[in-house]
Amino acid sequence: MAKTLYDKIWDAHVVHEADDGTCLLYIDRHLVHEVTSPQAFEGLRMTGRTVRAPEKTIAVPDHNVPTTLDRANAATMTEDSRIQVDALDSNAKEFGIHYYPVSDVRQGIVHIVGPEQGWTLPGMTVVCGDSHTATHGAFGSLAHGIGTSEVEHVLATQTLIQKKSKNMKVEITGHLLPGVTAKDITMAVIGATGTAGGTGYVIEYCGTAIEDLSMEGRMTVCNMAIEGGARAGLIAPDEKTFAYCLGRPHAPKGAAWEAALTYWKTLSTDEDAHFDKVLTIKGEDIAPLVTWGTSPEDVLPITAIVPSPEDFTGGKVEAVRRSLAYMGLTPGQKLSDVAIDTVFIGSCTNGRIEDLREVAAIMKGKKVKDGLRAMVVPGSGLVRAQAEEEGIADILIEAGFEWRMAGCSMCLAMNPDQLAPEERCISTSNRNFEGRQGRGGRTHLASPAMAAAAAITGRLTDVRELG
Amino acid sequence: MEKFTTLEGVAAPMPLVNIDTDMIIPKQFLKTIKRTGLGKNLFDEMRFDQDGNEIEDFVLNKPAYREAKILVAGDNFGCGSSREHAPWALADFGIRCVISTSFADIFFNNCFKNGILPIVLPQSEVDKLMDDATRGANAVVTVDLVNQTISGPDGGTIAFDIEPFRKHCLLNGLDDIGLTMQKAASIDSFEAQYKTAAPWI
Repeated sequence: MAKTLYDKIWDAHVVHEADDGTCLLYIDRHLVHEVTSPQAFEGLRMTGRTVRAPEKTIAVPDHNVPTTLDRANAATMTEDSRIQVDALDSNAKEFGIHYYPVSDVRQGIVHIVGPEQGWTLPGMTVVCGDSHTATHGAFGSLAHGIGTSEVEHVLATQTLIQKKSKNMKVEITGHLLPGVTAKDITMAVIGATGTAGGTGYVIEYCGTAIEDLSMEGRMTVCNMAIEGGARAGLIAPDEKTFAYCLGRPHAPKGAAWEAALTYWKTLSTDEDAHFDKVLTIKGEDIAPLVTWGTSPEDVLPITAIVPSPEDFTGGKVEAVRRSLAYMGLTPGQKLSDVAIDTVFIGSCTNGRIEDLREVAAIMKGKKVKDGLRAMVVPGSGLVRAQAEEEGIADILIEAGFEWRMAGCSMCLAMNPDQLAPEERCISTSNRNFEGRQGRGGRTHLASPAMAAAAAITGRLTDVRELG
Repeated sequence: MEKFTTLEGVAAPMPLVNIDTDMIIPKQFLKTIKRTGLGKNLFDEMRFDQDGNEIEDFVLNKPAYREAKILVAGDNFGCGSSREHAPWALADFGIRCVISTSFADIFFNNCFKNGILPIVLPQSEVDKLMDDATRGANAVVTVDLVNQTISGPDGGTIAFDIEPFRKHCLLNGLDDIGLTMQKAASIDSFEAQYKTAAPWI
């Protein structure tokens, strides 16, 4: 029977299947961070269990860590944050798992470190106690977030109890127009499906506009699969994928590389494979997008106006009324008239080198508008180092951005990088929920290019107008 | 894990759609290394103002719903992050069942690991229960997992579906890890053949 890419990866990892279809799935890589793991390690200790495959388990602190240059000073962390980071330090040592401490240049956001170090490879199953694990699907791996109980389950057994999801195909045909990026693709998809449109599915992204993307762009697309409700998003590996993996510290070498490559080349959806749901979007139809509300499905082209609750039906009417009040927006207002206070560039969605290049290309010779707070938080210490080497950091600092150390930062504001009530931010992150970036803070999600454009003008701005 | 067989309690209405995990338990409360004690921060930013005072209109602050054990919620409840702190906070508050037309995938899974029963029903039935739930302290609903029924205050019953394996685990309060450990031999043999077939992993 013809299989999808998801079917193939799934089938290769089934350890046991019960009569009702519940499967025990083998996990190839388990990524761990400090926020969702302490209770899982504690569970192991209480039951006298060990980590079954420490060599397949990788830990890095990212959510809590300060991003200021003085962060080596422990006083920059609140006590509860420090306790979580210390717990990860000691759990990593006690259970013998791979670890990148805050002091290591390779430290960064777990979803950036995994691919960077070659832990994430095509055809793998990858899990982490973090919903944005979907990022790793860019390599043609099955990657998704799990809860802390499941983290403990994977630590103890290297497996996960799972029921198979349905297959959904999202095809982006044609090519993107100038000023439109991977972030706009993934936001356009969520705008079309809604945040529950992918629930029960694993999405395979395909089509020429997806093939055109670099690995960084593909990671951006898959990263937000969860925002559309999907368990995972993935993209068939190709020559770009293999080239990205080649030579990474934990990628196979020599004969093992050749054997892996032979297998990876089989990882694509068969021609007649069945998809339970299909969405097709023309690449040329995608404009630079921004969110206006408090759900990632609240996306519109930058040329649009703020909608009215009456434009919606059902439960969404009340939700939109609440969103607009929270966001301080009025129906009919032009999105491009909305003034901002803050620009945040970073996160596992857009904290990679290509994202920083995109921002630098626009900021070169320009200034962040007076009075704005603007920060760039590279996704990892290595991204930061590379950006410094390429001269990107100089351009950004010269333009007026704060140049920070790596971490999750203002994406979820667990560290001191937070919005004040009613502070309005254009953010390259993934969630615009109420309070996400700080209580009362107002988030507009957009691409790095759009964030740069807004940094120059001080309002939401169509990047295509900057020429 | 605490067993779930039958639950009788007040159902609180939360008709808002897309109630996300940041609403259920805001990030500042994720800095704990324990599973317990999060109930006091459940729905924190909806329940309390900046000074920590209760916001009167919020449903769980109303006298009739302070002891609610069941939530009847709008579409796509629990969307967002994988934080298991969301079901921990619900359970710690005393909520053992959430009823909606749809749930986000990870939240749905996390509920079952914590003795919480998420029930998916068609819109018309959620509407009916939402209506029941607005009756305040009279909105006593009984959820019978053995027979897979929900009985409302007017005596009518609604049937619901649940995967047999998940039902079995909830009814018996079973620990997944213990169950999987019984299959250790299957994992061993899988790993052995895998090591040959895909040595790079």
